[in-house]
Amino acid sequence: MKNKYSFFTLLKNAFSYHENWEKAWKDPEPKKEYEVVIIGGGGHGLATAYYLAKKHNLKNIAVVEKGWIGGGNTGRNTTIIRSNYLWDASAGLYDHALKIWENLSQELNYNVMFSQRGVMNLAHNLQDVRDLKRRTHANRLNGIDAVYLNTEEVKKFCPIINTSPDIRYPVLGGTLQRRAGTARHDAVAWGYARGADQMGVDIIQNCEVKGIKRNGNDVEGIETTKGFIKTKKIGVVAAGHSSVIANMAGLRLPLESKPLQALVSEPVKPIIDTVVMSNAVHAYVSQSDKGELVIGAGTDDYISYSQKGSHEIVEGTLSAILELYPIFSRMRMLRQWGGIVDICPDASPIISKTTIKGLYFNCGWGTGGFKATPGSGDLFAHTIANDEPHKLNAAFNINRFVSGDLVDEHGAAAVAH
Amino acid sequence: MFVINCPYCGVREQSEFKAGGEAHIVRPKQPTELSDDQWAEYLFMRKNIKGVQFERWIHTHGCRKWFNMVRDTSNDEIKAVYKMGEKPPIE
Repeated sequence: MKNKYSFFTLLKNAFSYHENWEKAWKDPEPKKEYEVVIIGGGGHGLATAYYLAKKHNLKNIAVVEKGWIGGGNTGRNTTIIRSNYLWDASAGLYDHALKIWENLSQELNYNVMFSQRGVMNLAHNLQDVRDLKRRTHANRLNGIDAVYLNTEEVKKFCPIINTSPDIRYPVLGGTLQRRAGTARHDAVAWGYARGADQMGVDIIQNCEVKGIKRNGNDVEGIETTKGFIKTKKIGVVAAGHSSVIANMAGLRLPLESKPLQALVSEPVKPIIDTVVMSNAVHAYVSQSDKGELVIGAGTDDYISYSQKGSHEIVEGTLSAILELYPIFSRMRMLRQWGGIVDICPDASPIISKTTIKGLYFNCGWGTGGFKATPGSGDLFAHTIANDEPHKLNAAFNINRFVSGDLVDEHGAAAVAH
Repeated sequence: MFVINCPYCGVREQSEFKAGGEAHIVRPKQPTELSDDQWAEYLFMRKNIKGVQFERWIHTHGCRKWFNMVRDTSNDEIKAVYKMGEKPPIE
């Protein structure tokens, strides 16, 4: 890798007041034709381009992004990474991603600030206890680390949680995945963009796709705001806007796009050194390195692309946070925002070929796509390069909605991802 | 966050309502005779439109009646509200 970041480059650039760092990626105009075009310059799209170039030796790849890279859901999520999913297919998919995360900063020569601080999922009723115990056993059978904690152990691991039996939804126990944690979301997009760029991928920003040109059952290229780009393979990684792209190609997907909200507080000194999620009361919280509490709320139930959400969703989440963490009662919230998430009926993603030759979709990640970024890119690159899915994403095909072979994580993972 | 003019109760806060997804999807007359593809199309596949969409809503914490709505999903602006069985007031 040329322009490798190291202690010496840091030292060298310090002497010139950090004003002479080279650009991490170029800003090229689109060429007339590419072997593969990826629509969507978020983490998943950039990772796909990176692995297409790195593992499948494709030379002529473009990523087109309507805004700026990492400006969509990649920069809007709560950065939680875990792999403790119930079903075998999901466990395989998300643990594949987690294993890549563990070495990603070294691989990309870019600090993605991956922090294995553990993720704890709380149980608030008898059914939660049963479900979480079942999930712990399923995780272990799949080689994923998981332990079940009783109330005292939960309190010991995260002392600020209110474990009093008197609260409306008392903490009856929880699970802990120690390998889980968080990463810096922007750095993931930037690291993959830099890596892809160095292998010759064209990252074209401010380039919105307006149409998909088909010749019979083959794709011929895309119409964009920067003109027509010819290509035989299109990988769509457009998250909340996947259906918009699909409609351009005359395809329907089993997706609904809804606003998902998150918020951060004013920064405070370190108080919570892990990630705590609670499905039953729908609140989860961690603390960023800057000191802000990062709080995830829920989705609204109506379809919307407005990147806004209902006030009552935030209110519900914060009331749950306050009951679980009375210490936060005087915290002020700094920012609140919404992202548009594309949700499948079974709440599992689609990484798949379609009925149109050369058109591939990576979508349906719903409320929990960030954690899968490296694995998703790797498997989608494999699917595009070979025109066949990898065994780890074979179950996540579009055809499962016809065959009925759903990967039903909805009941298992409930609302929180 | 918006207010909805329920055709039965009048203007109320959106938090009183539940969204029921895309409207005017006709239930197949003979479900047993559908192929798997047709069944998937009916059950799962959606237009998920960015722009003007026809959809179903229910006034859960009010009259508990279903009705239809025309709404721009790109900015949440409600164009029209009409009762079940009525023709959409706009094309």
